[in-house]
Amino acid sequence: MELDFSIEGGDFTQAGQASSRVKKVLKQLGVDAKCIKSIVIALYEAEVNVVAHAYKGQIHIQIDKDKIQTLITDEGPGIPDIAMAMTEGFSTASKKVREMGFGAGMGLPNIKKNTDELKIDSVVGQSTTVSMVNYF
Amino acid sequence: MKVSEIIDQLGLKVIAGEKGLDREISGAYVSDLLSDVMGNAREGQIWITLQVHQNVMAIASLKDLAAVILVKDLEANANTIQHSNEEQIPILSSSLSTFDIAGKLHALLADK
Repeated sequence: MELDFSIEGGDFTQAGQASSRVKKVLKQLGVDAKCIKSIVIALYEAEVNVVAHAYKGQIHIQIDKDKIQTLITDEGPGIPDIAMAMTEGFSTASKKVREMGFGAGMGLPNIKKNTDELKIDSVVGQSTTVSMVNYF
Repeated sequence: MKVSEIIDQLGLKVIAGEKGLDREISGAYVSDLLSDVMGNAREGQIWITLQVHQNVMAIASLKDLAAVILVKDLEANANTIQHSNEEQIPILSSSLSTFDIAGKLHALLADK
């Protein structure tokens, strides 16, 4: 099964739409509850990252018998130092985003903790691609 | 203990999501950082916060929280209220500070 979503940068009303839909689908498929919780955390954080940092993004999700693969591609500023971005507490979020309670430097660490495989590629000034895999 | 049972005892106002007042409470989590709640809150918990925008309800729904308590009489945004009603996860309001309402809720849940 495949699911696709579009995200507009800066539109916080959209954050959570993909994760909410995926949560429902995985529940219907009878996926283990603990596994769903992890996927939902990782996907939500990824959505928020696109909204908070990028101009726009696409989410492509493929659900197989044994796993869920998520590919998030955005057009945005990119990440100059991915290792630094993965550090707990490091954030480049704007003041407005921080005031909303986001941008505490916990998003990428949350994604790392809640995925079985994570790959981040970025071209500064162009785009970032996040690939996540969770096994059921 | 159900959400409806703490309302009188803690002097809370129900702002939205009345249909969710039967939800069972498993505990509570206090944080204003959304990723902290996303990563660490658990199903059935009450979330005490000063954040009032609609992403609060997105997280409450994704995490299957029992209810949200807004502190210091802060008012929820209109779309937060709408989302609370749709998801049937109550928004409750307290005139107290986070410290005071968390203390009272902790005592109430520990006492049951």
